[in-house]
Amino acid sequence: METKKLAIIATKGSLDWAYPPFILSSTAAALGYEVEIFFTFYGLQLLRKKLDLQVTPLGNPGMPMPLGMDKWFPVLGTALPGMQSVMTMMMKKKMADKGVASLEELRELCQEAEVKLIACQMTVDLFDLDTADFIDGLEYAGAARFFEFAGESDICLYI
Amino acid sequence: MADFDDELDASGLNCPLPILRAKKSLTAMESGKILHIIATDPGSVKDFEAFSKQTGNSLLESREEGGKFHFLIKKS
Repeated sequence: METKKLAIIATKGSLDWAYPPFILSSTAAALGYEVEIFFTFYGLQLLRKKLDLQVTPLGNPGMPMPLGMDKWFPVLGTALPGMQSVMTMMMKKKMADKGVASLEELRELCQEAEVKLIACQMTVDLFDLDTADFIDGLEYAGAARFFEFAGESDICLYI
Repeated sequence: MADFDDELDASGLNCPLPILRAKKSLTAMESGKILHIIATDPGSVKDFEAFSKQTGNSLLESREEGGKFHFLIKKS
């Protein structure tokens, strides 16, 4: 049986959206897939040695809020200072309580399983990012590099 | 329950950790050996079926007992 391939583009840099790329990649690797993730724009935040990702209730009507706040709380209230930190703290606590892996752990499992992590060089230049802040084992490349693998993939996702 | 060679307690862990831990345990085992996995994640029932189908490691047993899920997987 030929090895299946999964290609993912990770574009988002928030706590909630950081999960799908790492969950899917680690699982696919466990199932025997060859996996590559191309991180671009805000997705680069998922590659920092020290992750400090946040989740925001602002502009997110689907986010369950404590005390039924999502039902009666004015939308503008979600923009209050400190609201983002509170929601981030609550989300992290909920995840730990429910046995959901931390991002650091999932990312490490991906690397152990030889998931290839590619950082978009253009984004690094654009935002003047310091590659010393990123984890080891990354490849820095551009769009053509992504297509080299994605063109042969069985599953290709944009997250 | 049938005999097994290794045991993995994935109680309290949520998707995809039970699968990832099981894969890790199986990697360290020899072909033909049997891994007993205990999990509390209800999603793991379908996940281990799918894992077995896609990896070729046979799922010998899958059952629920006292709120926990037990699986026996034979390494291919």
